[in-house]
Amino acid sequence: MTEEKKPQRKKIRATGEMNRIMADYFLELDQAAKTGDKKIAWCTSVGPAELLLAMGFLVYYPENHGAMLGSTRMAAELIPHANALGYSPDICSYLTSDIGSYVTGQTPLTKIFGIEKVPKPDVLVFNTNQCRDVKDWLAWYAREFKVPMLGIHTHRNPSGLNDTVISSVAKQMEEMVEPLEQISGNKFDIDELKKRVALSRECSALWKTVLDTAANVPSPLTFFDGTIHMGPAVVLRGNQQAVDYYKLLIAELEERVKNKEAAVEGERFRLYWEGMPIWGRLRAHSELFTSLQTCVLASTYCNSWIFTDFDPEDPFNSTAKAYTELFIVRGDDVKEQYMKRMIDHFKIDGIIYHDAKTCPNNSNNRYGMPQRLEKETGLPSLTINGDLNDMRLVSDEQTRTNVEAFIEQLEENR
Amino acid sequence: MSKPRSIFAGVDVGASRTKVALFNAEKRLIGRVVRKSGTNFVTSAEICLAGALKMANADAKEIVKTTATGYGRKNVPFAGDRKTEIGCHAKGCYFYFPEALTIIDIGGQDNKIIKIDEEGRRTGFKMNRKCAAGTGAFLEEMSLRLDIPLEKMNDLALQSTGLVELGSFCTVFSATEVLERIREGKKRPDIVKGLFLSMIKRVIEMDSFTEEVVMTGGVVAHNPFMVKMFEEFIGRPVKVPEFPQFTGAIGAALFSLEAAAGRDMNNRPSIIDY
Repeated sequence: MTEEKKPQRKKIRATGEMNRIMADYFLELDQAAKTGDKKIAWCTSVGPAELLLAMGFLVYYPENHGAMLGSTRMAAELIPHANALGYSPDICSYLTSDIGSYVTGQTPLTKIFGIEKVPKPDVLVFNTNQCRDVKDWLAWYAREFKVPMLGIHTHRNPSGLNDTVISSVAKQMEEMVEPLEQISGNKFDIDELKKRVALSRECSALWKTVLDTAANVPSPLTFFDGTIHMGPAVVLRGNQQAVDYYKLLIAELEERVKNKEAAVEGERFRLYWEGMPIWGRLRAHSELFTSLQTCVLASTYCNSWIFTDFDPEDPFNSTAKAYTELFIVRGDDVKEQYMKRMIDHFKIDGIIYHDAKTCPNNSNNRYGMPQRLEKETGLPSLTINGDLNDMRLVSDEQTRTNVEAFIEQLEENR
Repeated sequence: MSKPRSIFAGVDVGASRTKVALFNAEKRLIGRVVRKSGTNFVTSAEICLAGALKMANADAKEIVKTTATGYGRKNVPFAGDRKTEIGCHAKGCYFYFPEALTIIDIGGQDNKIIKIDEEGRRTGFKMNRKCAAGTGAFLEEMSLRLDIPLEKMNDLALQSTGLVELGSFCTVFSATEVLERIREGKKRPDIVKGLFLSMIKRVIEMDSFTEEVVMTGGVVAHNPFMVKMFEEFIGRPVKVPEFPQFTGAIGAALFSLEAAAGRDMNNRPSIIDY
């Protein structure tokens, strides 16, 4: 093997089109921020985007910016600036790197799109379904920009989702309508909300189809591809562009499936990634697994933008349910059932848990889940210690040794 | 001149020390050398190999296959294959104790807990996080702070009549705590014993110990008293192979031997590509 050709990762042709629609999205926001012709809402990534779009806002997602700070490896230099303001290095490194980015006037948008700074918000809207950090994050900007902050406080860690939980979230969403009307200057239109929910549902269904192609053997898609191509599902759901893009991507992936083209040449092992990506090491990790002829092909993270409950005929309740039934919101019993379904569906050989130092809510290895699942399914797992954005918390050599030893273990037991 | 033999080499380039082990075709350990890894891993590996060949009264031409392992496994140009130190420690321990094992390796920079089944197959493993507390590096740092040579630590701990417990796992905070204890007039042997206990506690938290327990690594090789303390702490006997510091190199040499004999664990070459 040492002297042989290294296994290759197959690149996705549709990436160019994705880059184009993402550029259009950011440039429209930048234009609006400069001219003031459209109001801008900042929204947490699994927040009530459809309502904001229906009210006529352009929607900007700080978490998407956080991921860009991570993947461009700018974050570690910026985090200390937020630490100096009193935001601990132990809290969300999206938050700390994003605030660090703002206070130092540096953004990856400049290098990628020629945009000088992030678009100034008219309103900040959060949903604590993911964590408390998103609220604290937007609260900093609310003080900085002196703009209103609205939000939804979601029940965390429920097992079953009953009407009390869902109606509480739906009610909080409905209560946003009046202040949003005042901020936007637009009258709420239920038909526009229905239209946006329908577009989000379509986007979500198409995104699920994209991810489901990985159930084929060999997989035409890797987790690392997924983290990049989920961009439109995050920032353009509720818009036609995302729908059109995923149709294009699906066509390419289905062609791969038909031709049995593997995303990872010579795929030998199929792994599930549980937890956040390590954004500053996406390429390195993709290459590491590819060199081991191992395809990390499914993840909870990429699945988080599949919202199966959207129903345009019942927009508030269905959106509330869609944003609450998510993996990250739920109790470990629900999470484990979900993982078992994914393991079967994607024909998984092993699980990688990423214990992200600054993201406890996305680090599901901490309450004994790997041990319980391993006992129930017999599938081995590996925990990698790292972080989403703070690369000072990543040990590349330890990661490499751990991953190689894990693949050796899978080989021994095959 | 005697008839050429078939020799199988294992090179373990650790963060702290480089070890070479040589086996003959009868699976007998015939040469071994350890030295500091330093900054030039290639040179360290070459010097160790030369020393081991001398000990075995052998010639480099007699080496059939070499497998490299450890932190610097990619820096051994004369190795034909590479395996992780986790795989090699498992292989080396199973050679001495062919049964289901929980292996604890305390290395210079990392700790490992490896579980193998009764067939010698790995069923799981854990490495320490990105922190050297509880590893050999912790003891090296304390050796400097206390001005006690590493090789004297075991004897000092044996003289202990009490125990100075350290509350912190962190190397830096532990050093501060040690200085406080010295100021309080605590005895050095009791402090060293406390350091050993601190390392044991760090290892204990990594995983459960479900099988026969084996300890390996340089720290164990030079501090047998720590093994005794570990046994007392977990209330179970702990096995130690003949040359605990060489376990990784021995495992690598055994991989060389098996691969050359065409009966690698799964009859297939490693897919790990460097």
